[in-house]
Amino acid sequence: MTTTQQTPTGAAPAAAEARSRRGTALAHRLFVVRELGILAALAVLIGVTLIANPRFLSGQNLRDLMLSAAILVVLAAGQTMVIITRNVDLSVGSILGLSAYATGTLLVDRPGTPVLVALLAGTAVGAVCGLVNGAVVAVAKVPSLVVTLGMLYAIRGLDSLWASSSDRLQVNAADLPSGFKSFGGARVLGVPVLFLIAVAVVLVIGWYLRSYRSGRELYGIGSAPEAARLSGIPVGRRVLMAFVVNGALAGLAGVLYAARFQTLDTTAGTGLELNVVAAAVVGGVAIAGGTGSAWGAALGALLLTTIGTALPQLGLNPFWRDAAVGALIIAAIVLDRTLTLRLAARLRGRNLRGS
Amino acid sequence: MAVDTAPAPSAPARAGGRRLTLPSGSVISTFLVLFLVIASFSVENFASSRNAGFLLLDVVVIALIALPLTLIVVTGEIDLSVASVVGLCSAVMGRLWFAGLPLELIIPLCLLLGAVLGAVNGLLVTKVGLPSLAVTIGSLALYRGLAFVVLGDQAVADFPRAWTTWAIGSIGGTGIPNAVLPLLVLIAVTAVLLHATPIGRSLYAMGNSEDAARFSGIDVARTKLWLFVAAGVVSALGGVFWTLRYGSARADNAAGLELQVIAAILLGGVSIFGGSGGLLGVLAGALLLASVRNALQLVNVPSDVLNIVTGVLLIVAVVAPQVTAWARTRAARQRPPG
Repeated sequence: MTTTQQTPTGAAPAAAEARSRRGTALAHRLFVVRELGILAALAVLIGVTLIANPRFLSGQNLRDLMLSAAILVVLAAGQTMVIITRNVDLSVGSILGLSAYATGTLLVDRPGTPVLVALLAGTAVGAVCGLVNGAVVAVAKVPSLVVTLGMLYAIRGLDSLWASSSDRLQVNAADLPSGFKSFGGARVLGVPVLFLIAVAVVLVIGWYLRSYRSGRELYGIGSAPEAARLSGIPVGRRVLMAFVVNGALAGLAGVLYAARFQTLDTTAGTGLELNVVAAAVVGGVAIAGGTGSAWGAALGALLLTTIGTALPQLGLNPFWRDAAVGALIIAAIVLDRTLTLRLAARLRGRNLRGS
Repeated sequence: MAVDTAPAPSAPARAGGRRLTLPSGSVISTFLVLFLVIASFSVENFASSRNAGFLLLDVVVIALIALPLTLIVVTGEIDLSVASVVGLCSAVMGRLWFAGLPLELIIPLCLLLGAVLGAVNGLLVTKVGLPSLAVTIGSLALYRGLAFVVLGDQAVADFPRAWTTWAIGSIGGTGIPNAVLPLLVLIAVTAVLLHATPIGRSLYAMGNSEDAARFSGIDVARTKLWLFVAAGVVSALGGVFWTLRYGSARADNAAGLELQVIAAILLGGVSIFGGSGGLLGVLAGALLLASVRNALQLVNVPSDVLNIVTGVLLIVAVVAPQVTAWARTRAARQRPPG
């Protein structure tokens, strides 16, 4: 539309529009390539591990892998929303811990609580934490890195203060109602329910970011905050919303954590924030904002989890896991940088040829 | 109105600008002094030389690593991998000592390793052009992972007594730890570098506008590369000291310390976006965090509350300047014209 106004002749706008559409298509293809790349890496990793140990993907192993991945996948999908707006939330590990402990306490005190209510309660706890994060970031306009670092300490402190003052330092599996425990191990067609919940979360967030106006605006905010503001996007409200959703998902992940591990102390989820950010970055969500997708981040989470399980199967010392994860993060951002540079060069080349 | 008052606000604004450079450290220092005075009177044993010694011993590594990291944050970059460098150097130190090398050889090797680790970060940031936050989240995991590869979950603890007693000993029984002297030298060097040389001013210039700095002839990439190398070397030194102080080389030494160092830097008034802040504030911030924790421990406040206090202090430290700036502009707007 805007190209029509800029070019005087009648034939040029169509060409310009086609050119810009080709450019967009190219950019799109690149991101698809990026996600296929992680999928390929995942396939290679699984393939190599299968050769070393043919039983790697046997029923129980696969289910364990899905269960371990579920929590990280949910967190990575939420973190994607925040990172896309050029922010970051380092407090998710602490939110998960608080939500897991809160859910555990609720279930022990009221064993009749339905699982759905427990899920909602944990999610609500997370949403409140996210609201505090988002409000401080959006209203006081201070860097999210600092605010959520502070919240990382504060929420964890609150969690352990609650535990020590209530004389229940940890929630034991034996005290949890059996309904909740069977939820943790439940399967539909052989697939763990926890994993299905994670997949549902990724689909909803991914679809929202791709197809909804406010979802697209998050990308605009991350690419150029000032331009987004000038074009009328309510930046503060959108960023606040991203933090609330991310907090809510961290709360949900806390309930999943409680269902999976069932014995909960106040250290649940400590240090998880770096894994989450790592999963997002490996999955193509740029830390500088504006690019990436929830499915990419979910694939990143799946890849990181698989590395952890595959190393021992390959006969490698599990101590290599962190080193491999670190190398993967650096490789992923180097790859992203190369792709971006190439994309920019290609687009520039096209424009030169076109004009 | 804007035309009438234009010359008037510009003069106070300049004075305000100059005033602003001082408070970046002096506000937090005032808080520190107030807190120390109140705590010495109201908290039993807080002012004892024994307790002061423990407190300083806890601050040494944090303050040490905060020196190069402050310079990095001033240029608008960040290095989250410092604590992992501490861990990796500690692990390597343990492995080499276990292999029978003398400490006189091991320590230079560890510092060299730190330089290499810092250079890897620096090259990825300056040559490849990657965001330092993402790079150092990666190397945080990578270096810590390598530490576990080197030493596993074992601990090497049979370091010579002469070295370990020096690390926890104090100067002539004053309670001031031995390590404070070399730390003071490094503080002096960093302070002069940052606040009294063209290099220091160029760091602020980079933090305010990298393009402007480059156009004015500053070699941004080379300076940043050297800062990352310095952070690596100093963190390695921290790793050596940490190992001797606790008498134990472990792969998980100083895990999570990066958050405490960054908390001290930000509490000290250095902007995470770069371009402002000073060393005085950072050191006061490190001391304040450590003394608040120490005092609360002495009055038997559970450690959970310490975390809440640390977190809230950090948030208040960044929100407070925003609130005062907002109040100031509001007051300026409400002042009648002319």
